[in-house]
Amino acid sequence: MKIKHSLTLLLLLCFNVTHAETSPKQESQSTADHSQFEILKQDFKSGPELTQACLGCHTKAAHQVKQSLHWKWEFKHPTSGQMLGKKHVINSFCGNVASNEPRCTSCHVGYGWDDMSQAPPTADNKVDCVVCHDTTGTYAKWPTGAGHPLYQAVEKGGKTHLPPNLSKVAQSVGLPERENCGSCHFYGGGGDNVKHGDLSSALVAPDKQTDVHMAKDGLNFACTTCHVSTEHQIDGSRYAMQTHDDGKKAPGAHRDVATCESCHSNKPHPENSLTHLKLNNHTDKVACQTCHIPTFAKGGVATKTAWHWSQAGKLKEGKPYSEEGYTQGDGKHRHTYLSTKGTFEYGENVVPHYAWFNGEVKYKLQSMKIDPDKVVEVNKLSGAADDPDSRIWPFKRMEGSQAYDKVNNTLILSNVWGPKTNTAFWTNFDWAKAIQAGMDSIDANYSGEYGFINTYMYWPITHMVAPKDSALGCADCHSSEGRLAGIEGVYMPATNQHATLDRLGILAVLLTLVGVIGHGLLRVFLNKRGKQS
Amino acid sequence: MSMRRVILFTRFERFWHWSQMTLIFVLLFTGFAIHGTHAWLAFDQAVVLHTLSALALMVLWVFAIFWHLTTGTWRHYLPTRNGLLKVARYYAWGIFKGEHHPYRKTYQRKHNPLQALAYLGLKLLLFPAIWISGLLYLFYPLWSQAAPNSQWLESVAIVHIISAFAILVFIIVHIYLLTTGHSFKAHVMPMVTGYDDVELSDAEAHYLEQDKPQQIKP
Repeated sequence: MKIKHSLTLLLLLCFNVTHAETSPKQESQSTADHSQFEILKQDFKSGPELTQACLGCHTKAAHQVKQSLHWKWEFKHPTSGQMLGKKHVINSFCGNVASNEPRCTSCHVGYGWDDMSQAPPTADNKVDCVVCHDTTGTYAKWPTGAGHPLYQAVEKGGKTHLPPNLSKVAQSVGLPERENCGSCHFYGGGGDNVKHGDLSSALVAPDKQTDVHMAKDGLNFACTTCHVSTEHQIDGSRYAMQTHDDGKKAPGAHRDVATCESCHSNKPHPENSLTHLKLNNHTDKVACQTCHIPTFAKGGVATKTAWHWSQAGKLKEGKPYSEEGYTQGDGKHRHTYLSTKGTFEYGENVVPHYAWFNGEVKYKLQSMKIDPDKVVEVNKLSGAADDPDSRIWPFKRMEGSQAYDKVNNTLILSNVWGPKTNTAFWTNFDWAKAIQAGMDSIDANYSGEYGFINTYMYWPITHMVAPKDSALGCADCHSSEGRLAGIEGVYMPATNQHATLDRLGILAVLLTLVGVIGHGLLRVFLNKRGKQS
Repeated sequence: MSMRRVILFTRFERFWHWSQMTLIFVLLFTGFAIHGTHAWLAFDQAVVLHTLSALALMVLWVFAIFWHLTTGTWRHYLPTRNGLLKVARYYAWGIFKGEHHPYRKTYQRKHNPLQALAYLGLKLLLFPAIWISGLLYLFYPLWSQAAPNSQWLESVAIVHIISAFAILVFIIVHIYLLTTGHSFKAHVMPMVTGYDDVELSDAEAHYLEQDKPQQIKP
């Protein structure tokens, strides 16, 4: 076990400290040894200085990164037309980026984006190359540094946090490993596996049961094995997902989707048995993930399943407090209450929620009306049984309660982070001020009256694929209380869909039995009497 | 005219009957497992057994239909009103009074009119209903793209389920009727040994004795 500065630092403001195993390194196949370049043998004083050196050779890299979702945090949905991306959406976790910038933009692939109302910094050296390309495991963006790492030692929580050695980092760059992507994607929502459910530190060095593709003693895939990239544009989007694929591609053929089918084809089971043929017949309705990811939040790291902001702000003797009521599989304790955030529930090996899904996710944007009497779907899944693009897909369904504008019936933005402000909720525990500041940051119309609504938020599950012998069996769905009991518009044998027909059928059989037994008894009885007389 | 013991059910007919019986029992058992009526068999095993048995039964039917047509046996199943009411009246009334069955089997007509009508209905209505719906069900992936929604598959399934219940009802009555008459054994044995007592005309008896002595007992 090697203590990982990156993860330790990142988690400082989160709930626990992770000492994750490093993933086994792949042998570099690069034709360049970066430790030999003179330009990288400098004492870099800052991230942008380091980037400047990278750009000396990689002249187009900054331009490429700046076209990406990782940089823009803005995504115009191709079918719904909604303007999405971290810059715009509201979620049921920390809510929104605007007004909380330096904290949230610690995961921006750049340096110094501290105002969401502006575009990211324009200078090319503001792109952060090494957050993705560091292979030392020592580089980490400081949680409140708007994307910068530490440049000098900091005392926090009784620990000394040292800045990374940027020169060493620069000389050992390579292709992204799981920890690079994971340093942000595993910790979304403020902690390990809080958001996704299928992306956690358990994937740094997973066993086969946790993830058959990324297993350290197996295929040992990097994220980029499936999420292929061209010119720093990385495939696979949670906003516009590709739910199916026409199958295997020829060697070398252009492949720009991170679907299961792009490798496994849409007839993935070898056609050597009736069972496999039958399973292949399911691929037009059922996503691969539905059977092959029977549960998520595996490998000892729990995911947050409920977050009730409505309970936040309780103080003990005027001071914020916390409760650690959940112990996860790897022995770590997780917060079940924080004055700053409210109450939490967790789950491990969670059975997914299933729904028809055609890949389109629509968000409840701040400008849209909500119905506060119902559970508000912060994001809504499109799809239907009769839509050929839809598949039955597994999801993490996050439960929440969060603030809304009681008069305008809209979701709100809130300013939660800001240790030196008099508005931030985490500092002042005053919703009125926090919401006003959040709404002011995007010049949104706010009535000044807030309440709390219950919400659902859906997270498509696609990682943590189990080995094939751990996939779901037929009867997991083909039974009366099966996993897909709530799925409509599809005929599934053994799910007790024709109760009336069955009752009539059984009645017919019983009446026949009664009829023949009666006929028989009458025969015996009358014949006996006939003989006696 | 004389009552003689002759081969009434040929070897193929007996093979057809018993292998069909076995397959139908397997199909009923596995089919109701797939439908979820009972859980004495795992779903995937039930599907595999059901499919293989169904394919085997259809192969058997192809041979049986060919046999019926080439041997002329199909004529045994031609419907007739002649004597139908008498037989019906017998089962509804006469049987309780200890009357004798009004029908006498002949070499060319081994089923009574009611029996022939029942078998004809089975072969022309129930069996086609179950195998056409079964084939549509089995090969759903081939036409699912053309079906606008799952109600098409569901309708096929409903036809299949109704047919299955109807066949089960047929079987119950079929087995019960074996207990009428002389004895259960007397009804079953002809389908085992092939021999049954029938009225033969002198010409028929003479022909069999001369040309097919192994098909008639002295």
